[in-house]
Amino acid sequence: MTNEQLIAHLTSAYPDANVKQGNQYPEITVSHDKAHALMVHLKSDASLAFDYLVCESGVDYPAFIQVVYHLESTMHRHFIVVKTNTENRETATLETVSDIWPTAEFHECEIYDLLGVTFNNHPGLRRYFLDDTWGHPLRKDFKDDIHVVER
Amino acid sequence: MAAIIEKIITTDEIKTDEYLVNIGPQHPSTHGVLRLLTKLEGEIVHNVEPHIGYIHSGIEKMTEALSYPQIVHLTDRMDYLSAHMNNEAVCLCVENALQVEVPERVKYIRTIFDELQRLASHQLWWCASGMDLGALTAFFYGLRDREDILDIFEETCGARLTLNYSVPGGVMFDIHPNFQKNVKAFITKFRKKLPEYDKLLTDNIIFQNRTKGIGILSKEDAIAYGVTGPSGRASGFSCDVRKHHPYSAYPYIKFDEKMGTEGDSFTRWKLRMDEMWESMNIIEQLIDNIPEGDFAVKMKGVIKLPEGEFYQRVETARGEFGVYIVSDGKKNPYRVKFRSPGFSNLFTINHIAKGWKIADLVAIMATFDLVIPDIDR
Repeated sequence: MTNEQLIAHLTSAYPDANVKQGNQYPEITVSHDKAHALMVHLKSDASLAFDYLVCESGVDYPAFIQVVYHLESTMHRHFIVVKTNTENRETATLETVSDIWPTAEFHECEIYDLLGVTFNNHPGLRRYFLDDTWGHPLRKDFKDDIHVVER
Repeated sequence: MAAIIEKIITTDEIKTDEYLVNIGPQHPSTHGVLRLLTKLEGEIVHNVEPHIGYIHSGIEKMTEALSYPQIVHLTDRMDYLSAHMNNEAVCLCVENALQVEVPERVKYIRTIFDELQRLASHQLWWCASGMDLGALTAFFYGLRDREDILDIFEETCGARLTLNYSVPGGVMFDIHPNFQKNVKAFITKFRKKLPEYDKLLTDNIIFQNRTKGIGILSKEDAIAYGVTGPSGRASGFSCDVRKHHPYSAYPYIKFDEKMGTEGDSFTRWKLRMDEMWESMNIIEQLIDNIPEGDFAVKMKGVIKLPEGEFYQRVETARGEFGVYIVSDGKKNPYRVKFRSPGFSNLFTINHIAKGWKIADLVAIMATFDLVIPDIDR
């Protein structure tokens, strides 16, 4: 599907989600409680068939933490960006998508480690890079008094 | 004797307990500081849990305090064997965001450097994984021929490993006057050397027994686990970014995306050998046709990206490398995420190595071509 067709298809299928054309790819923003169902549909629908999770990243915003999924279909070769926000920053929780794309299991561990987002139903959530004495460095309010010297 | 041992192992009378063995973080076959917590029963691998983070340097956090030209210099510390491709990814992302059209000359130079870098990387992979499997001679052959490429790099940009040759808007210097001559001489020489590589290892019966049919990854699993690069293509997953989302001078040239079907260690091995031939074909198409012109466009002193999100994918020697920049309009980014190929490739190890022997785990690791700073970032 071309980007326009994708946007038209998703707008009709998900009237309550925000679908728009981004800088390069179509972007769909969906609330955290509907994100999992949307992504099951994105993978299983034969006309969409997003079977390859390219990249999963977390971004810290003042009111919430956003998790961004870059998806590609290896069959149709179209690309989409799915975004979903946690309810708040203090108890940032989302549903895992590792049951849809196994690679998400590892990307989610990274997000849990560096941004402190907990993923429900995750098979083995653990910190990859840092030990428990650290906070979550990619959060904007993270202060490292030992290693960073402010001038 | 072997039959008796086989009988003892297969009967339930003698049964060993599962035990845990740490492979690494200081182990030659992990190619860096990676720890594999393996659950073994005798020689059989039951579970592999990779533990990473020993050289996590927080590059993504550092980028938030740096300007875009500075970020380029950090990226070649990740996958140091694909330094130029990593540099290029950030440069392309910045150029696309600012809608800067770089001169044709820059596109050609970058693509030639990409392919030279891929050759150098595959040479090091070839020799190091030969060493993993017990063939030390390979190590000397590979490093000897890689030296020629590093000399070409050094002549043009002064660096051998972490090139820093690409900058937003072009390349840092024009190519050295001897560049074309030396590259052509290298290709002529290496076309004769590469069959030696096959004679030394690929046709070796011991080597074939160690790799054929070992560690099979199916196409479905390759897609599901996001295994890209030669490792993914060996399973039949068509994932070459150069082909599907061409950048720089790749749209102008004809080349094959080498594919395999078996998905075992030997196919992954063979595929990288074939890629080296293809890389030489690509360079030969470009080297005589480098257009005249500027080697960079003039960029503003302080580069500020417009507000928004930008994603750029390139094909490194290991697979798909992605740069995701979130900009709030300032001179440094709000957030940068690097999608490194090694990260996704590494975590399939558990899925593939289950049920194989511990020596096969080494063969699987070797043919996955992992670079640890690329995983840890």
